[in-house]
Amino acid sequence: MSAEPAMRAAETAGESIVLRVSRYLPGRDAEPVPRDYEVPLREEWSVLDGLNHVKDVLDGSLAYRWSCRMGICGSCGMTVNGEPRLTCGTFLSEFAPGPVVVEPLRGFAVIRDLVVDIEPFLGKLASVTPWLVRNGAEPPPDAEFAQTPEQLGAYKQFSMCINCMLCYSACPVYALDEDFLGPAAIALAQRYNLDSRDMGAAARFDVLAAAGGVWDCTYVGECSAACPKGVDPAGAIQQYKLTAAMETVRRFLLPKGAR
Amino acid sequence: MTAPDDTAARYRRPVPVLWWTGRRPYLLFMIREFSSVFVAWSVVYLLLLVRAVAAGPAAYRGFMELSASWWMLALNVAALALTLFHTITWFVVTPKAVAVRVLGVRLPAFMVAGPLYTAWIAVSAFVVWLLVR
Amino acid sequence: MSASTDVLIVGGGGAGLRAAIAVAETDPRLRVAIVSKVYPMRSHTVSAEGGAAGVIGIGDTLDEHAYDTVSGGDWLCDQEAVELFVREAPRELLRLEHWGCPWSREGDGRVAVRPFGGMKRLRTWFAADKTGFHLLHTLFQTSLSHPGVERYDEWFVTRLLVDDGRVRGVVAIDITTGRVETITARAVILTTGGCGKVFPFTTNAGIKTGDGMALAYRAGAPLKDMEFVQYHPTGLPFTGILITEAARAEGGWLLNKDGYRYLQDYDLGTPSPTPVLRSMELGPRDRLSQAFVHEVEKGRAVDSPYGPVVHLDLRHLGARKIDAKIPFVRELCRDYENIDPVTDLVPVRPVVHYMMGGVHTDIDGATPVQGLFAAGETACVSINGANRLGSNSLPELLVFGARAGVAAVEHCARAAPAGEPAALAADERRRIETLRRRENGRDSLAAVRTGMQRALEDGAGIYRSADSLLKAGETLRELQERYARLGVRDHSTTFNTELIALLELGNMLDVAETIVRCALLREESRGAHQRTDFPRRDDRRFLANSLVYRQDDGPGRVEYLPVRITRWPPAERVYGR
Repeated sequence: MSAEPAMRAAETAGESIVLRVSRYLPGRDAEPVPRDYEVPLREEWSVLDGLNHVKDVLDGSLAYRWSCRMGICGSCGMTVNGEPRLTCGTFLSEFAPGPVVVEPLRGFAVIRDLVVDIEPFLGKLASVTPWLVRNGAEPPPDAEFAQTPEQLGAYKQFSMCINCMLCYSACPVYALDEDFLGPAAIALAQRYNLDSRDMGAAARFDVLAAAGGVWDCTYVGECSAACPKGVDPAGAIQQYKLTAAMETVRRFLLPKGAR
Repeated sequence: MTAPDDTAARYRRPVPVLWWTGRRPYLLFMIREFSSVFVAWSVVYLLLLVRAVAAGPAAYRGFMELSASWWMLALNVAALALTLFHTITWFVVTPKAVAVRVLGVRLPAFMVAGPLYTAWIAVSAFVVWLLVR
Repeated sequence: MSASTDVLIVGGGGAGLRAAIAVAETDPRLRVAIVSKVYPMRSHTVSAEGGAAGVIGIGDTLDEHAYDTVSGGDWLCDQEAVELFVREAPRELLRLEHWGCPWSREGDGRVAVRPFGGMKRLRTWFAADKTGFHLLHTLFQTSLSHPGVERYDEWFVTRLLVDDGRVRGVVAIDITTGRVETITARAVILTTGGCGKVFPFTTNAGIKTGDGMALAYRAGAPLKDMEFVQYHPTGLPFTGILITEAARAEGGWLLNKDGYRYLQDYDLGTPSPTPVLRSMELGPRDRLSQAFVHEVEKGRAVDSPYGPVVHLDLRHLGARKIDAKIPFVRELCRDYENIDPVTDLVPVRPVVHYMMGGVHTDIDGATPVQGLFAAGETACVSINGANRLGSNSLPELLVFGARAGVAAVEHCARAAPAGEPAALAADERRRIETLRRRENGRDSLAAVRTGMQRALEDGAGIYRSADSLLKAGETLRELQERYARLGVRDHSTTFNTELIALLELGNMLDVAETIVRCALLREESRGAHQRTDFPRRDDRRFLANSLVYRQDDGPGRVEYLPVRITRWPPAERVYGR
């Protein structure tokens, strides 16, 4: 539906592919039920285009989230043939002749069909102080904090997170223990820790090094493999483990006043 | 007609006991975790050796005989393989955990892992030299 | 059940978040709530790429930024608002810096600036080519530091409660549960973005359905300058995904099928190997999109499976520059076109991008309805006039989002706490419940939506005429009738996106009508509004903003408000000479 001229142009051989979509409506279904929909197989159609076709033409009741269709808003993460993917950047032709199995992101409670509950993430994100902390030190009036490209480079990668939740879905630790802060929240905490303008590392330590923090990570590494934006949350967590270990030792050895 | 939705109901997909068998990366992860048991065994084995040496020639001979048994050989070959696997996985992880920056540019992974492998080979060579000289 | 707050913000994108922070900072005792149909970080601000304009560079002046904006807007801008805007823009961008926005930097640590279309100086701040993404996430994460900011994520506002000429709150659906609830408030700020989805081919996200515009329009507030729809000259064919103007600012060329930089034939200057400000590829978006249409008419465009395109040539920039300055362009070309701009030409065509028009506001975001404010793309102050310059929209949503937040706080100080207009709220709740239960016939929501999009593209595209607009208006009337009979197949309450899509379509149809209506009555060509039957600008009749008011039946009533001209009398728009 996003590109009507394209629909006109791309009437090709009439090939099709089956989307096997997980359907779940609380009150009606005890558990998700797969349902098959036949959609046109077009080279330029993403899985999301297929879902939009289902919703527009075949079954308006299908529920899923989407918005930007260009891999930046982070809405449309789903499990496609077993892997966590952004459906707007995953193409039907990759799975020909099909079927393409579309399920909600794993590791999260399912609200309906392909929609999962990401509220727990919002809480975790807020808990790691994901903003610039200055501890009362005023920013320069009418000027920017100077930050060299090198200093920017130190945290830039971790600032690229789109909160799409694919990393949580790939993380077996999170699946087994929902109290785990998880890859994206820790990477974003580290994004601020490494920012030359920030002074909040001590406050974040109390959350990151506590129960549910970095030490829960067993380094499966799949979060970084799933990340569509190259953030490498697994790297962020391992780096912070080193930081946390040093900080713990430092706090143990130094008297309170000298910290 | 209104469907009587139970809005509080969320479906939680149960995590199967064998969740780690479904995907190669998960399986490799479990092997890595499991391999630490064999790393621990290597330490125990070394301690047994030390105890045997301390207890005199008879105990040492007994220990050597035990070590030559087929099942102990098999166990130690497995332990060697898994310890190697364990070591390599850690060396692979290290460049991810240790971000070394020189003049603002992060060092590529091989420059962080390289010295580890070099040190490993050097130590191994020294041990071999000790044994064969 | 009903909730209450002091300042209620509809929309959690850049403008809404900035407004919320402004409220929290101005008066931490006030309650402020953001009601958004998506989680804030999903908002379309996230897709902005190129940058945000604000004067900091040596040799640049506020007057030059103002003049570029006014001339870029073909003199339809409110000049007092523009002067205020250019003055406050750098301050706002600095605040973002102080909140942690990862602006790209010069070697010595200063914020870097890049050239941009229609701008005479280097003044566009950028965070590589994901400026909107970084800006939105910085604002969202900063908003988390204000515990007073309450959020209603994934709630869809269906109606503004206006009683006795004053706004009293909203009725909204909690999408997750389907509950329809009233949230009363002393002030409401609309920050829902634009309405690109009324067109078939747009850079806009699926959520951009003109909700705030429709809410305000139905509540009696006029919409302003709705005929001015910006086509961005470089969208990817099929998807309509935006290729940022920064690609041209960094030195990209537009080529026709002969490899010829065709913009030189359209009074936009002469080609030079490196970019020249306010010239050629760095001309304003309206002129570049119009040039494309002429190239197609001359048979000099390139045929593609998705209609005619031209080529954006970035090859001469080299991989290093592309990766440093416009990495997202490379990512998008690779993911969605299977090409690499380092070695391949990028096919592009004009694509609906931005609404210059919106809810009529003053410089504080206030609408004629007491207690109702608007900011960002939803609103029209107007600083954009007949054509917005690239990189003015991000500072606009910051400047006017903040101003609207502060103005709403001041309004709360004056306004007595309002009771809930229970009867109005009950009416609305009944309307939604009825709609949710209504069986759908043989017609389909998607068919009506496609019909609307085609009508707008055919009738109110880059070039319009009385004939095409009258036909589009007629089609829209028929579609409104069909819409009135539509129902849903999904009657459930949990995450019923079909019901939301139906309500969004209603919003879009109302907004589409105002676009066509205003375009029909403006019998001149100015900026992005080009009439083939009135090809010249007519300052005698139309140096005025159009205001359209909703009528209970028939098309909206249009009035004209003379443009506020302070220092720059109307003149010719000159580019490249």
